Amino acid sequence: MSSLSKLNPLNSMNLRQKTILLIGLIVLLLVLVYASSLSIDPANILTDFTLRNQPPSFEHLFGTDWLGRDMLTRTIKGLGLSIFIGAVASILSSILAIIMAFISSVNKYGDVLIAWLIDFFASIPHLLLLIMISICLGKGAMGVIIGVACTHWTSLARVLRVEIKEIQTSEYVQLSEKFGKNKFWIAKEHILILVITQVIVGTLLIFPHAIMHEASITFLGFGLSPHEPAIGIILSESMSYLTTGAWWLAVFPGVMLLIIVLLFDILGEEVEKLLDPTKAQK
Amino acid sequence: MYLNANNISYAYKKNKPILKNLSISIPDNKVIGLMGDSGSGKSTLCKVISGYIKNYTGTVTLDNNLIETKDFYPIQLIFQHPEKTMNPKWKMHKVLSESWNPPQELMDTFGLKDNWLGRWPNELSGGELQRFSILRALNPKTKFIIADEISTMLDAVTQVQIWDALLDYCKQNKIGILAVSHDKELLEVIADDILLFNEINKL
Ligand SMILES: Nc1ncnc2c1ncn2[C@@H]1O[C@H](COP(=O)(O)OP(=O)(O)OP(=O)(O)O)[C@@H](O)[C@H]1O
Ligand SMILES: [Mg+2]
Repeated sequence: MSSLSKLNPLNSMNLRQKTILLIGLIVLLLVLVYASSLSIDPANILTDFTLRNQPPSFEHLFGTDWLGRDMLTRTIKGLGLSIFIGAVASILSSILAIIMAFISSVNKYGDVLIAWLIDFFASIPHLLLLIMISICLGKGAMGVIIGVACTHWTSLARVLRVEIKEIQTSEYVQLSEKFGKNKFWIAKEHILILVITQVIVGTLLIFPHAIMHEASITFLGFGLSPHEPAIGIILSESMSYLTTGAWWLAVFPGVMLLIIVLLFDILGEEVEKLLDPTKAQK
Repeated sequence: MYLNANNISYAYKKNKPILKNLSISIPDNKVIGLMGDSGSGKSTLCKVISGYIKNYTGTVTLDNNLIETKDFYPIQLIFQHPEKTMNPKWKMHKVLSESWNPPQELMDTFGLKDNWLGRWPNELSGGELQRFSILRALNPKTKFIIADEISTMLDAVTQVQIWDALLDYCKQNKIGILAVSHDKELLEVIADDILLFNEINKL
């Protein structure tokens, strides 16, 4: 038994190495999905009426739709778009959170304003606000990205605001002021390095929300336009074919979307474990 | 040069004054020792003098001039617990150079080993960290040092070594010292005068 377990390389790795391995695998998988979606030219997704509504087979693993298009190709193209929108929206919302937390840390009145803004944005149902912003900006990718960014910055901003407050009352920051350092220097040198972990993990954890929200408002018709190859569009179109028994049109893209979302969720947690081992032990 | 604290009064909570009409004067060529009971307010006084507590009444002056708060503060406090005064994500060379870059021979007199500079604060002992916080406070712009029980975590030999180095540097550079300690024997060795906190605090 013991000689067997020695042969398994996974057993000889410590927790940290396993975490790094898992992160590496997930990133590889996501990059693979994204890269293959880039390599697909939507003009090349052939419509072939002789292959309409084919159930899954070896040639078409995810089946074909009512125009005879290969669903695997369409799904991957859609996932690529989801990842892209998720990435831009998450990063944008983190930047927003950082700016908000920064304003609240340098100015008393700014702090009151930001605290109010956080509560205000957090109290409105995400989806409702998102739909409103998306419609105001004329739907499309732009509207969805800004909508998601505007609704998802609050949780990270809240964490950062509390964390920064604590750091600012620490003895090393007070001492830094006595060395004649100004607020901006302290923010850049003392505070940033202590909150960078939260920023990275926070950004990764917004990802799954961003992707799900994009898909759901697109599905509802308030997001991306119907000619864009998004998963939400695929799902809403397939609804009208479900009654004819074409279950594969919805099931495979839906499950794939869930898997991508889950991967990002795990990625966020693993990165947190890696960067902040004390927290992970709790 | 003289450091004067005049008629200082302070309370953390309104009806519970800690300092009352307290005055103290420190010349730049002397070491003034301060002794007092635990919890009587010595550290509070140190924080008032070195600018950490701002809403006190009374004045703190250098040669009768108020002190500019935006620049390097000429009265430097050395804390009892050095680990709290260092950013845990900074290596020691950054911790030290945030204040200034002391010459090599000064680092040697304080027994600072070169390889400590590349370490994180949690990789050094309290005594090793305290050498950094003392050296950090000896910036050329420093005029007075407030030493609030800075050597309690050191063994007797190290305590002597570090105080010797500190007193030596301060004599040469005309830096006055206020040394707070429970250790009467230590104060008798290092201080020119010893004040009792309960006598200067008019509670
Ligand atoms: N931040 C604070 N808020 C409220 N009360 C405080 C605070 N810091 C200290 N005190 C109180 O003020 C009193 C004086 O504290 P201080 O630390 O100045 O005493 P000390 O003379 O330095 O004691 P020790 O010899 O134990 O270091 C104590 O009763 C303490 O509980
Ligand atoms: Mg004290």
